[in-house]
Amino acid sequence: MSALDRLRRPVTDRLRRPAPARRGPAGPRAPGAGWSIVAAKELADDLLNARFYVLIAILGLVGAGTIYFSSDAIRSSASQASGTPSLFLLMFLLGQQNSPIPPFYSLIGFLLPLIGIAFGFDAINGERAQGTLPRLLSQPIHRDDVINGKVAAGLAVIATILVALTALVAGIGIIRLGITPSAEDVLRLISWLVVSIVYVAFWLSFATLCSVAFRRAASSVLVSIGLWLGVTLFAEFLVSAVASFVAPAGANASTEDLVANANWSQLLSQLSPSYLYQEATVVLFNPSIRTVGVILPSQAAQLQTGGVPSLLSIDQSMLLVWPQIVAIVALTVISFSAAYVLFLRQEVRA
Amino acid sequence: MSGGAAVARTRAGRSASGSASPVEPLVRTRNLTKRYDDLVAVDGLDLEVRPGEIFGLLGQNGAGKTTTILMLLGLTEPTSGEARVVGLDPARNPLEVKRRVGYLPDSVGFYGDLTGRENLRYTARLNGIDRAEADARIVEVLGQVDLTNRADTRTDTYSRGMLQRLGIADALVKDPALLILDEPTTAIDPIGVVEILDLLRRLVREHGLAVLLSSHLLGQVQSVCDRIGIFAAGQLIGRGSLDQLARQFGEEAAELTVGVEADRATDPSAVEARLQAIDGVARATRVSTVQDNEWTWHIRVRAGAPEPAVRGAILRMLADSSLRLADLSRQPPSLEDIYRRAVARARLDGAQAARSAAEVGKPAGATTTSRRGATDSRGGREHADVGDPRRAGDATGPSPRPASADTRPRKSTGMPSRVKSRHRPQRGPGAGPETRP
Repeated sequence: MSALDRLRRPVTDRLRRPAPARRGPAGPRAPGAGWSIVAAKELADDLLNARFYVLIAILGLVGAGTIYFSSDAIRSSASQASGTPSLFLLMFLLGQQNSPIPPFYSLIGFLLPLIGIAFGFDAINGERAQGTLPRLLSQPIHRDDVINGKVAAGLAVIATILVALTALVAGIGIIRLGITPSAEDVLRLISWLVVSIVYVAFWLSFATLCSVAFRRAASSVLVSIGLWLGVTLFAEFLVSAVASFVAPAGANASTEDLVANANWSQLLSQLSPSYLYQEATVVLFNPSIRTVGVILPSQAAQLQTGGVPSLLSIDQSMLLVWPQIVAIVALTVISFSAAYVLFLRQEVRA
Repeated sequence: MSGGAAVARTRAGRSASGSASPVEPLVRTRNLTKRYDDLVAVDGLDLEVRPGEIFGLLGQNGAGKTTTILMLLGLTEPTSGEARVVGLDPARNPLEVKRRVGYLPDSVGFYGDLTGRENLRYTARLNGIDRAEADARIVEVLGQVDLTNRADTRTDTYSRGMLQRLGIADALVKDPALLILDEPTTAIDPIGVVEILDLLRRLVREHGLAVLLSSHLLGQVQSVCDRIGIFAAGQLIGRGSLDQLARQFGEEAAELTVGVEADRATDPSAVEARLQAIDGVARATRVSTVQDNEWTWHIRVRAGAPEPAVRGAILRMLADSSLRLADLSRQPPSLEDIYRRAVARARLDGAQAARSAAEVGKPAGATTTSRRGATDSRGGREHADVGDPRRAGDATGPSPRPASADTRPRKSTGMPSRVKSRHRPQRGPGAGPETRP
């Protein structure tokens, strides 16, 4: 009894101390914001979890495979390659013609959604299934702290691995090929990393949304993977079907028709996060790309012959893909806030 | 900060600990109502839990116990009415309430890949308790629930009862002023139940916290709770100590068990007929037993009949028939009886009101509200009320009376009309009558 009283006193004192008010009517709040405590716990969980090691293994293979094949490709084409814009970035962009492994950037673009889904699909329904959700929510934290903490922890883990892997590939490439990157190359690589992390955040928050919406982890995975397959595999087919319907371009179509069709295709494609990410990646890695829009043969010829075949600087490339980046950020924000709102309205009861 | 003041007040209140003294209740609800789309989960609840007492919420599954608890914790918003927990409104100030109320959810779970201690540490961190203090506190609460020797094994190796005990420890880590336990003893073996109930008693006695527990297990509620609230279909149909409830609902509860040694020469149905014929016996029901060497009857004594006289008459009858008595005992009014009767009476009230409404010739759609109207015309009160579709279904069914043994016509023995008293005239503005197709 006396021991308990001794323990109790400090707690009560802390309760008496007025905490800084946050968002008015929501009331006072513990100094160490709730989300960071949740994030710290989730981070520890993630790092001990099997999927973390699977992730490292897969990404390690990606790094080893791509660096092997791309450096071969670069060596074989080194003679012609003299004078190419950036040999360093080619390492990430180039794959061997008939190699079994696609280039680094497309492999990562393929894997990022899966990684995001793997880290988010059971965020909330996992807690529900374990019966820990009511207990967690009856602690003095806001409900959004749970989602914030979980997404923050997942994103931190993925980002760390992604950055480490990219640095590793760059480092091995530098040693094997003896190419030194320019400052601009490094900047391009870093901005690609940032875009990739935002892209992965989209998939992570979408998977979290599914984990809020579906009580069973299996349904949540299925829906997330379904969206991923939809935007990567079937989007092209759907887009061309819709585009040909809206702006038909038959065998003897005029130039205007063809351009209209192509414009429609691009517009529709840009609804897909993976298409947006691809565009952003290609432009960021390749300074010679001057537009992501439709190019007519005449314009292409003009570009090649007329004027200098100048390269874009990093800021110009960024300007070119700024809309894509903003769109990816917007999609991320939308799916994140959807998860958030849905969770706030949900019943706690298991 | 008003919160701090409230703590001081409740702590001071504990030392006074007089049940009748004007102690600030830890929980007080007024007309608390939660409505889902077509279902009233909690209907006009008035509840009070005072410091230093164990209050038992008793009710069937789906009676609204968990919903009530979630509203008290600010995890669900009430549709109307208000609640005060540790002096605060949980809908407005959920964090402060959750900081001072320990909660053990129904079927509690823990992170299986963490040890018991680590799970509790996480809870302590979420409550903003610093590391050193938390560790000391965790050692203490683990000792209280007798889990010290398993504290450092992963919780996925724990048995259900150990998880339940860890859940109580988890609720105690934050040093709460109020402990809310939702079905704390389900899935625990009988010895474990006794231990948990002992622990609760000890906590209340030694540390003066209040406990609000919900259960559908009557025996446990009966053994541990100071006061009991009986919940049915979202309403509190009875409340008070066991004695008070027995007085309210148990006045016709005299019930005897008669065991007779089996006799090949006698037909048990003949014995039953003779038992039935005894003056003062309302009904004799044969209890089927596995072994055939003894016949057992449950005898219900008619209300108002002197129970000792009935016992004497039974003995005389058995002696006259030269049957050998194996058992004759009086069953005290158990909480189970009280509970069954309270629920049945609440239903009966509804059914009667529905019938009287039908006699007046009102359309069926108005049954839900007019039922209550009739109840109130007897009580001399008037109000607008919410229809509960579930009970309306009961009321308008082909057989309005449930086929329970306890539903007999209401006697004119001055039975206090519990059901009426809960219809308070004041109602929230949104609580208009619901029309049913």
